[in-house]
Amino acid sequence: MARAVTPRRKMINTTLAWSVGLLIFFPILWIIVLSFKTEGDAIKTPIEVLTSVWTFESYLVVQDRSDYFKHFSNSVIIAMGSTLLGILIAVPAAWSMAFVPSKRTRGILMWMLSTKMLPAVGVLYPIYIGFIKLGLLDTRLGLIIVLMLINLPIIVWMLYTYFREIPGEILEAARMDGATLREEVLYVLTPMAIPGIASTILLNVILAWNEAFWTLNLTAAKAAPLTAFIASYSSPEGLFYAKLSAASVMAIAPILILGWFSQKQLVRGLTFGAVK
Amino acid sequence: MKLANALRAATAMSLLATGAVHAENLVIATVNNGDMIRMQGLTDDFTAKTGHTVEWVTLEENVLRQRVTTDITTKGGAFDIMTIGMYETPIWGANGWLVALDDLSAEYDVGDILPAMSGGLSHDGTLYAAPFYGESSMIMYRTDLMEAAGLEMPDAPSWSFIAKAARAMTDRDNEINGVCLRGKAGWGEGGAFITAMSNSFGARWFDEDWNAQFDTREWSDTLNFFVNMMTDSGPAGYATNGFNENLSLFQQGKCGMWIDATVAASFVTNPNDSTVADSVGFALAPDNGMGVRSNWLWAWALAIPAGTQKEAAAKEFIEWATSTGYIELVAANEGWANVPPGARVSLYENANYKDVPFAQMTLDSILSADPNNSTVDPSPYVGIQFAAIPEFAGIATEVSQEFSAAYAGQQSVEEALAKAQALTNDAMEAAGYR
Repeated sequence: MARAVTPRRKMINTTLAWSVGLLIFFPILWIIVLSFKTEGDAIKTPIEVLTSVWTFESYLVVQDRSDYFKHFSNSVIIAMGSTLLGILIAVPAAWSMAFVPSKRTRGILMWMLSTKMLPAVGVLYPIYIGFIKLGLLDTRLGLIIVLMLINLPIIVWMLYTYFREIPGEILEAARMDGATLREEVLYVLTPMAIPGIASTILLNVILAWNEAFWTLNLTAAKAAPLTAFIASYSSPEGLFYAKLSAASVMAIAPILILGWFSQKQLVRGLTFGAVK
Repeated sequence: MKLANALRAATAMSLLATGAVHAENLVIATVNNGDMIRMQGLTDDFTAKTGHTVEWVTLEENVLRQRVTTDITTKGGAFDIMTIGMYETPIWGANGWLVALDDLSAEYDVGDILPAMSGGLSHDGTLYAAPFYGESSMIMYRTDLMEAAGLEMPDAPSWSFIAKAARAMTDRDNEINGVCLRGKAGWGEGGAFITAMSNSFGARWFDEDWNAQFDTREWSDTLNFFVNMMTDSGPAGYATNGFNENLSLFQQGKCGMWIDATVAASFVTNPNDSTVADSVGFALAPDNGMGVRSNWLWAWALAIPAGTQKEAAAKEFIEWATSTGYIELVAANEGWANVPPGARVSLYENANYKDVPFAQMTLDSILSADPNNSTVDPSPYVGIQFAAIPEFAGIATEVSQEFSAAYAGQQSVEEALAKAQALTNDAMEAAGYR
């Protein structure tokens, strides 16, 4: 039986939730504020920053100096490409682990997850040399492959969790009706798991969009995504806070909007299986 | 806009005239700072003159260093030209990773490059990178606060004067700190400053047998002097302050003195960004009466990685970007105060440039820095704020982390020096120096 929530308690909970939310969102909010200031005003005290003139100057400078749309299209292609390729590989993998597990399934799942604990810089040189030999350096295809590989454990794990919620009897019934393995996965399993697959896609697009180690180290002028766009405005010798903030806002805006509209699916995806 | 359109038209005509058969597309890796961004804006001039086009990869200094190091050590070929510093150039040149710049044209006039710069960017007398701009370090101070304190800054002050002036100028009630200095961890941040300062106290990183020297009185004197002065007169939290944090404080009028890179002079005297632009004076970095000043020497330079397929076009770009013609181009578009400083002798003989308030002090600072004799006692390494050996960046980053922990009060100066001594000797032994 659900506990009754008093209005007072509801108000406290709401206030607390908003406070925590604002605290988490504050760095992004402050970046947005600084992006509308001049470099001179951006380094002043918070009160002076808020009361100084608001201007689009930094956005105009960034737009004039950098090819935003080239970086943006690279980010879209790399994030979407790596996620979809990962889904293509992960769906059959998660199916076999969820519905025909072997005694090693648990171990394989844990091993896959453990690869995420390896510091990326430890394999930078082997991958860099491999990319040179294969002609993949500074190509979108190269980044799609690498980002797919580094996110694959998460994709498999998420899909495995969703598939485990689907009764195996339904697939068995399909098999008895004469469905082949391909038809079983494509026409029975996938439609039932669409909410889970959508959540997985959303989360992995965000992860791939924000990835900043491989995207900086394996690109130069052609395939550089928005992470490289932001990095070009950071400097230890010279004040570029306003321009850096403007570049950051331009880089995170698309994913922020995507996250806003799909927050229900995201929350569902992240909490799936948490309560039974 | 008119200039840009004219340059584009000239580019198109030039391409038609030359048939564009030999036109190359150069990929250049560079750092994000005012001079480099200015160069990117003027690239149309290079294209108009040669037909070659340019793509820029601009990265933050530390990211760039890692990125180009990965590429050059694996012969990746991602870049045709790299922006590197005085630390990397002699090491990479010795390893055969860079194209020697020993056949530049007569019009380029290699002899016009400041000897301190060409010396620091060479290995065995061969130039491997052309300086785009050079810098030393010097004192920037508030003339009004100095006057109010009843003191007069000498052209070449001592550390004891700086400490005295800092204490006299400090006014905590009005948020004025007598002196702002780098304390941030990192070999190129606080590590660079304290190393240059230690030279003037008679300290050195290694003796002639590559033994660490942090257990000497000279290092103890350096660090204790620094911590005492900053505790009395520095800003709160100075252990995390680097160039940008101190620039921000100085521009807001919260520092009496700031000892840092000479390129900062154009920022603090720019009335658009600095609230104290009209009351800034300059002086040489301090000494301690031992014959060595505490200023450093650095250059951002353009180099060609060995194995590039576009060596000829890359050399054409380097000649264009580091020429006297480029300096005149910047002066015509942005004014003489914004030309890249510290690279060419002729710039400092130019009557127009002599009017720039910080020009002479910048030159004097650069000329007083000698990377080959940076310490009072003899040392086995070249470099002032660094030792030009491959292991230095890693070791110095760790050492500066220990020093920053001491600045923050997390450990004593003695503890920091003992840890620095142990980790440096361990690393040098592992690398085979000892």
